[in-house]
Amino acid sequence: MMSNNGVNFAPFWHNGPAPGSFYNFPQNNIKSNSAIDEYGFQRNGGPITTGTSIVGVKYDKGVIIAGDKLVSYGNLARYHNVDRVFKINENIILGMSGDYADFQFIKQYIDEIILSDFSADDRIVLKPKDLYTWLTRVLYNRRSRFNPLWLDMVVGGMQGEEPFLGHINIRGRSYTNDVISTGYGTHLALPLLREYSEKGPLNEETAQQLIQKSMEVLFYRDCRGYPKYSQANINANGVTVSDHEVKQNWDLALSIKGY
Amino acid sequence: MLGINQFPEYQVPGAVQHQFNPYENNGGSIVAIAGDNFAVIGADTRLSAGYNIFTRNHSKLFQLTSSAVLASCGNWCDSDTLTSILQTRVRQYSDTHENKEISLNAIAQLLSTMMYGRRFFPYYVSNILAGIYEGKGYVYSYDPIGHCERHTYRAGGSSSALLQPILDNQIGLKNMEEKPTIPLTVDRAVKLVTDTFISAAERDIYTGDGVKISIITENGVEERQIPLRKD
Repeated sequence: MMSNNGVNFAPFWHNGPAPGSFYNFPQNNIKSNSAIDEYGFQRNGGPITTGTSIVGVKYDKGVIIAGDKLVSYGNLARYHNVDRVFKINENIILGMSGDYADFQFIKQYIDEIILSDFSADDRIVLKPKDLYTWLTRVLYNRRSRFNPLWLDMVVGGMQGEEPFLGHINIRGRSYTNDVISTGYGTHLALPLLREYSEKGPLNEETAQQLIQKSMEVLFYRDCRGYPKYSQANINANGVTVSDHEVKQNWDLALSIKGY
Repeated sequence: MLGINQFPEYQVPGAVQHQFNPYENNGGSIVAIAGDNFAVIGADTRLSAGYNIFTRNHSKLFQLTSSAVLASCGNWCDSDTLTSILQTRVRQYSDTHENKEISLNAIAQLLSTMMYGRRFFPYYVSNILAGIYEGKGYVYSYDPIGHCERHTYRAGGSSSALLQPILDNQIGLKNMEEKPTIPLTVDRAVKLVTDTFISAAERDIYTGDGVKISIITENGVEERQIPLRKD
């Protein structure tokens, strides 16, 4: 403790109070300042139950976001049928990766915002950029307090007529792009998506095929991946959230020898 | 609080421990040159971290008034926060001063004060402010805790050490026996900024994809974009 300029005085008697320290009464087993050492307070922060990559693609008239349905507990495939891609309102879809508990926490506030926005009944509906900026601020403020929300989120939707796709990470670092991915997707899916998106705007069909291919690659190579995935597609016609499954093909496995 | 530290027998090589670092280096380079009656400021358009490129089209230039442009790079979430607070303050000034625009030197001081306000948890950013004040071109550069200095030319960000010597040679005309007398025109300044970025993109993985250049004259701000190598 720093209260005595780094010097720790011995207690006056055995298990008794020490000068300059908080006194722990006998029978009270909780050491009130056990987490405080000479470097200050240490929080026990870190992701516990996690979701892996999210993939997002913008096409000429809309946006698709996809993510598998697995929530892991370390290396354990803990929950097998969890949605990580959501419809937020008629304008917004959202995909999450990172700590699922942190997401459930922030989702309550998002739902509260959507409810109060709906209750205003003013025909002005929250747009994706609004949620994106709000999430950026919340995550930045949490990181600035050294108590971050362990999240990597992809926000998509229709900003009026224009499709919108943005990414916010644990530190509140945010950006928009035509193709976005989190986690292992940045290494496995992004090169694939960029190869097509950099040639010009995609149409819905190609975007759909790209998402399918990305989820397939991610399932085969990401240890925390899963064949079942959900995807949200948003365009002028509205939002559709649907479940899909990677068509697995292990024929090749028979030819692999030598391990 | 109970943590892994209370259970040394569990501190084995397999156990993953997460520690949170609030900072992330998102790279990016910025350059500004002040002329007699103009200022030119440029920034690359890559946003990256480590070996990942997040986006190739990301503006690090912020037009604050009709005669002031700020370039900011480093830890992007800090840049984002700092610049949006600054933009609000600039707006508040005009709203409380009968729509008068805040002057360049006032922004320069304001930015310094804002950054020093976070002295003990700094905004990890490299800032350069360029513009014109009473008809003359100015460039101000900052360190992450708010030290402000006026220059005629300045490079900042991940390639600052690559770009500054080029400017020292071409504009500062440092250590020359016979100094050439080439006038610094808008055209030459723009060409110089472009060239410095082309050379930086060649060697620095955090700089590339494109350059956005803002030319600030009495007539306002003109924007240009030049592509760079994307690898």
